[in-house]
Amino acid sequence: MTRFPMTRRSFASLALAATSALALSAAAQAQAFDPEAVVNIGSLYEPQNLDNTAGAGQGINEAFNGNVYEGLFVLTDDGDVEPKLAADYEISDDGLTYTFTLQDGVTFHSGDPLTAADVKSSIERVTAENSASSRKSTLAVIDSIETPDDKTVVVTLKTPSISLPYNLSYVWIVNDAATDISSSEDGTGPYTLQEWRRGSALSMVPFEGYWGEKPSNGGVMFQYFTDATAQNNALLTGAVDIITSVQSPDALSMFSDNDDFTVSEGASTTKELMAYNDRIEPFDDPKVRGALAMAVDNEKLLNAIWGDYGTLIGSFVPPTDPWYVDLTDVNAYDPEAAKAQLAEAGYPDGFSFTLDTPDYDPHPVVAQFVQNELAKVGVEVKINIITANEWYTKIYKAHDFEATLQEHVNHRDIVFYGNPDFYWGYDNPEVARLIAESENVSSMEEQTEMLAEANRIIAEDAASMWLYLYPQIVVSTASVTGYPLNGLNSQFFVSDIKKAE
Amino acid sequence: MLAYILRRLVILLLSLVVAAIVLFVLLRLLPGDPAAALVGVGATPEQIAAAQAQIGSDQPLGVQFLAYLGDLARFDLGQSFVSRAPVIEEISRRLSVTLPLTFAAFTLALLIAVPLGILAAIRADSWAGLALSVVSQIGIAVPVFWLGILLVYEFSLNLRWLPSGGFPLRGYADPGKAVESMILPVLTIAIVMSASLMRYVRASMLEVLNSDFLRTARALGESHRGALARHGLRNAAVPVVSVLGIELSTTFLGAVVVEQVFSLPGMGSMLLLGIQQRDYPNIQGVLIVSTLLVLLTGFLADILQRLLDPRLREARR
Repeated sequence: MTRFPMTRRSFASLALAATSALALSAAAQAQAFDPEAVVNIGSLYEPQNLDNTAGAGQGINEAFNGNVYEGLFVLTDDGDVEPKLAADYEISDDGLTYTFTLQDGVTFHSGDPLTAADVKSSIERVTAENSASSRKSTLAVIDSIETPDDKTVVVTLKTPSISLPYNLSYVWIVNDAATDISSSEDGTGPYTLQEWRRGSALSMVPFEGYWGEKPSNGGVMFQYFTDATAQNNALLTGAVDIITSVQSPDALSMFSDNDDFTVSEGASTTKELMAYNDRIEPFDDPKVRGALAMAVDNEKLLNAIWGDYGTLIGSFVPPTDPWYVDLTDVNAYDPEAAKAQLAEAGYPDGFSFTLDTPDYDPHPVVAQFVQNELAKVGVEVKINIITANEWYTKIYKAHDFEATLQEHVNHRDIVFYGNPDFYWGYDNPEVARLIAESENVSSMEEQTEMLAEANRIIAEDAASMWLYLYPQIVVSTASVTGYPLNGLNSQFFVSDIKKAE
Repeated sequence: MLAYILRRLVILLLSLVVAAIVLFVLLRLLPGDPAAALVGVGATPEQIAAAQAQIGSDQPLGVQFLAYLGDLARFDLGQSFVSRAPVIEEISRRLSVTLPLTFAAFTLALLIAVPLGILAAIRADSWAGLALSVVSQIGIAVPVFWLGILLVYEFSLNLRWLPSGGFPLRGYADPGKAVESMILPVLTIAIVMSASLMRYVRASMLEVLNSDFLRTARALGESHRGALARHGLRNAAVPVVSVLGIELSTTFLGAVVVEQVFSLPGMGSMLLLGIQQRDYPNIQGVLIVSTLLVLLTGFLADILQRLLDPRLREARR
């Protein structure tokens, strides 16, 4: 957790979290846990089906990644990529050939042993023609997959890809004999699916034949809610033990002021931002964008929305990405300097633009705040409320907008700034080069260095207006410990969760 | 009577076909591409095209429409775009929550509303009658979701007697829990519904109490109670039954809101989710089945009314 340089604010919250984690683990050691206890988890993200390559939504990653299915690699809750089903791997000198040796003694839930053929078919399931996986494009770099023997998989790439292990952490290894994985499963993880009732709950129990460490609970049940209040009530009444992510700050006080509950803040990857259409005037001028960034007091905004939670990062890269740099000092809040810089850029009397604002929280409130702040430097914001669907067609597809608000949830998504065709149209050849070439380097250090540099450039260019990083808040009853805090890419590893007796 | 039933059945079927056509057209007028919603933000055009081919939304509208009508004629509601599960399967699972909820709430509402309504009519001039009228007026004004939240607050959060929401994983195989999780939703609907029903019962009963035939029955020597039981109730029931059909449909549709408040996996949450995800087969399925149920209720109410009221039968001859 402390690997990353931090802002004072995030340091304070992490320090708090660390202290409470210490206190918790001390309490947990003192308190015996029940290895047979079933942990009830409340969530707002019910999967639509059980296949992560068929548009099942983020809920399937939450329930199944690392719990029911495993990959060759795992993205840990701290943001590290570690081998999982790959016991070992070697990269050729030209970076084009990856040779994976599989873990011994791994069996699928159906009883079949894990073989190289399963790995090959699992990767090809994601890259297949009709796959709707969001990971398809990142694996397009794969040229061929060979299986010289049952324990060895050789992946040959078209161009070097330093992120391959990371990208493989999303590829579930599925038994190649499994026929229908949209309503059943056959993975290698510590849990097997017990039952799924659509619209209400999904339960899983420990897999007796698991090759790794045995889970420290007797099973988990994800209970799905369509309404945050109903979910909070379930926690208050003890119907669930944990809620995976709190999306609205209103409800927090009833848990944070109560000793029966633990409120933990982890590191989120969800960034709230105002994206300009960088293709059009006046937003094609970095001076104008920088001036607008200086005109808005992000600290005040974050405080108004989330109170003491959340973090300012000054850019698009959250602390759990290896190339995070604290850039809050770049274009820091300074309305006077903003005015001066606007005049310098040729807008002494300001200008006006339309801000397309999605109709759901927190965007309308953020829009009003930005409108207020920019009015002080003479820039008039016209707020235009749109639906999520309009956002998709008008802005994401047609690029027909001046500025918009959006939250971007993904981990390691700075790559969007290397694509001039992305909706915001940021086009800086140096950034595009750094992002493209960082994929072809031979070490993580080089990749990190190049992407940190790209991060610094987009911040100096004020490519977008990054408002704040959402907090990632998990609330549980005090008797439950050992759950993941960061929930990177919606994962929620349940194996280490302990429930006191 | 048989001819009447047949005629009503034909009307019912025609209404259903019209509803199906209207639904199909309205859904296609909505902005947003279901395939795009399916693969999510960040998908490439190729992925969207693949998704379109998979769910058939790349076909011309006419072709889609004919396929849809053909399926409907075979009682096939298609497959969900999102979950790939047959819509009819999902609907029957959802109905196993929504129908018991509706009927239990409706029965409870009747049990509350009929005696209280009659009482309010008989005692119209006393303080008890007045109090009942006031209470029912308040009941009508209360929004159903607000009452639900209030009940959760008291019975779940404060008293801890009942769960605040959700439905057991095993459904009715876990009968104790299933019933427990239905109590508050049923109460919520029944209370609000009985308030308006009670007013109908009261009004209808008052009319009967002031009627000539009741006075005549009394004059012929029947006791007040006897006259009411023999002539009054049956006459008072006719207008109430005609309202019941409408009320039952309203309850069914109102369950959408209540299911949301209590996180029940019923038709309502299926519809809302379907709309969010542009899952046309699911939306169409829910609406068609709901339409069918509402039409059927009206149909049964009409027939029941004719059985109760010989005048309606005579008039036809």
